[in-house]
Amino acid sequence: MKRLPILGDEAIAQGAIDAGLTAIYAYPGTPSTEITEYVLRSKQAKEAGIIANWCANEKTAMEAAIGVSYTGKRAMACMKHVGLNVAADPFMNSAITGANGGLVVVSADDPSMHSSQNEQDSRYFGKFALMPVLEPHDQQEAYDMMHYGFDISEKYGTPILMRITTRLAHSRAGVTLRETRAQNDMRLPENARQFVLLPSNARHRYDILVRNQDNFIYEAETSGFNKFTDGVDKSMGIIVSGIAYNYVMENYQHNNLPYPILRIGQYPLPVDMIRNLIDSVDKVLVIEEGYPLIEEQLRGLLNNGSKPIHGRLDGTLPRKGELNPVIVAKALNFGEPTLNIVPEFIVGRPPQLCAGCPHIDSYTGLNEAMADYSGGRVMSDIGCYTLGALEPFNSINSCVDMGASITMAKGAADAGLVPAVAVIGDSTFIHSGITGLIDCVTYNSPVTILILDNETVAMTGGQKSLAMGKLENIVLGAGLKPEHLHVIDPRKKFHEQNTELMKKAIAHQGVSVIIARRECIVALDEIKAEREKLAAQTN
Amino acid sequence: MNNENLNSEKFKKDIIIAGVGGQGIVSIASVIGYATLEAKLFFKQSEVHGMSQRGGDVQSHFRIANAPIHSDTIPMGNADLIISVEPMEALRYVNFLNSDGWIITNQNPYNNIPNYPDLNIVYDTINQFPHSIMFDAEAEARKIGTAKAANIVLLGAASSFLGMDYTMLETGIRKLFGRKGDKIVDINIRALARGAEIFRDIKK
Repeated sequence: MKRLPILGDEAIAQGAIDAGLTAIYAYPGTPSTEITEYVLRSKQAKEAGIIANWCANEKTAMEAAIGVSYTGKRAMACMKHVGLNVAADPFMNSAITGANGGLVVVSADDPSMHSSQNEQDSRYFGKFALMPVLEPHDQQEAYDMMHYGFDISEKYGTPILMRITTRLAHSRAGVTLRETRAQNDMRLPENARQFVLLPSNARHRYDILVRNQDNFIYEAETSGFNKFTDGVDKSMGIIVSGIAYNYVMENYQHNNLPYPILRIGQYPLPVDMIRNLIDSVDKVLVIEEGYPLIEEQLRGLLNNGSKPIHGRLDGTLPRKGELNPVIVAKALNFGEPTLNIVPEFIVGRPPQLCAGCPHIDSYTGLNEAMADYSGGRVMSDIGCYTLGALEPFNSINSCVDMGASITMAKGAADAGLVPAVAVIGDSTFIHSGITGLIDCVTYNSPVTILILDNETVAMTGGQKSLAMGKLENIVLGAGLKPEHLHVIDPRKKFHEQNTELMKKAIAHQGVSVIIARRECIVALDEIKAEREKLAAQTN
Repeated sequence: MNNENLNSEKFKKDIIIAGVGGQGIVSIASVIGYATLEAKLFFKQSEVHGMSQRGGDVQSHFRIANAPIHSDTIPMGNADLIISVEPMEALRYVNFLNSDGWIITNQNPYNNIPNYPDLNIVYDTINQFPHSIMFDAEAEARKIGTAKAANIVLLGAASSFLGMDYTMLETGIRKLFGRKGDKIVDINIRALARGAEIFRDIKK
């Protein structure tokens, strides 16, 4: 049997390929990006004709995946946790339509916010949608769960959510592969109205989903991904989910864990397994990577369980942030180890724009163009250029969600903050900026939009930007007058003229767009390859 | 899995590889990764992707054992070795080092921040650790052909700590750099050898 050294993300991708995947759709986002990258690079996927697409955003990715499922084939949509917010509409409704071909959505959470705006726990989205959730504890299980996930998706006609966290996504281990399953043939839904969510049909479909809950719980009790191991010391029982299991076991290297333990890897929660554990012990410790989802359900609103429950809500574990073996050791009453002390003179080394980055020239120009106005007028967005909020630039005043720069600038301008400026990257503009531009154009809001076009999705490592070759046409197509669209080359030697142009655009009492175009300095090879593909397409 | 390591008593090596984004941390980890597979040992390697890679502090946790490994990250106080491509970055993770642990670090600072501490204090602190070696890995790499190979010189200096045959690291280098051509492979093989030699010399 073949064994590969792969990241958790890559184990998911390889698992999907081996489980007969037909198509994968995604928008890049740490820590989920490597799933789709792996399929894009996989020779096996290429030979099998598997479609792997970077999409405009997570919503379009999710919808395309539903479309594949509609045809009876197996599909995946992958995103980071906040991407699931963008995809929430199709995601929630896909639980109602149900799946035809197997449909697995992967959401990669980022506890402690290593590369994110929040640390929301995607398991809540699964519960919200009444959808089964899989949460692997290691790379091998991530691989195995893809096979199982597609199978039960088809067995019950439901989409499946797989939730992972940063540490598993970006950690490598040996994974043993299975035989490859062939892709499904096309087989449209037996009921031609399955995917028609008109109220009368939606009510019917929702009824099916609600009735399926017992089946989902039955699967959770029997699949083996929720695993009970008994222990001799009944003074405490442990319920642990996903990767947190590893942090418990790390503290019992010689397999000498004395307590009964229930490892959760599949939701909805296996009620009988939990009841059996709690009945056999004096108290319970709940250890979850993420929000206290299991703990909250065990406690209930009135905290009316018969046994003491410990976890993130009573301070036994920290209320927020990523877990690790030492934090878990403390909750298990191990003494604190004596550690070397990190010297006080060690200072932080925040990330920063690369030497030669085009954003440096854009921000230098913008700062000068804005020098005549009071501060606090530049709304921005999500990408490398968010680093413009830090020293030495201090150029931007917001970063909320994908596309919010343009719409927040509109709102601020509407409220009287004139001029207001929006700074957004090329790919972020495609993701969620276009609709905001249409709002601005419609009301001729006094907003200047600076699109920093480095021709790639740089922050996540240089994935294809869907803006390439299209930006001017999109901006004009949104209704902007051509005289208010400007394209500049952000370089030191053009500093004066670029700054002058920015000043004029900012002074204009209506919408203007400046595209600052120069390729990302670290993704030159990727950009060149995409340009060549684009040229070949247009010829 | 069929290897003598698995039959012997429990063996584990926990290694932290440290530096600044862009300094070749992932390459060091990849070479060890390929070597570990060659040695048929269990491993888990956790790395940093995303925002910190843009000139921020980055680290990789590399765990090797002859039995299944649980946590993807090394518990504090458990690391046997810190390999660092930058001196201050070596000290950032000393709370992970166990009492017998080694620090093997480059001495060239990567100064991309306005408040980099006094370098002499950094050096003195590193030298106070009972098991530490520090040298100019960039100068050594430059002698071989490119300062870029400093990371592999450091890996060479750490090679006797990894619990696997030196030739397996060479295999790792061939696998990682193979597609970049023979010249790059050769430079890195020599960088590895030079690092191992430096460690032997310093230990004498």
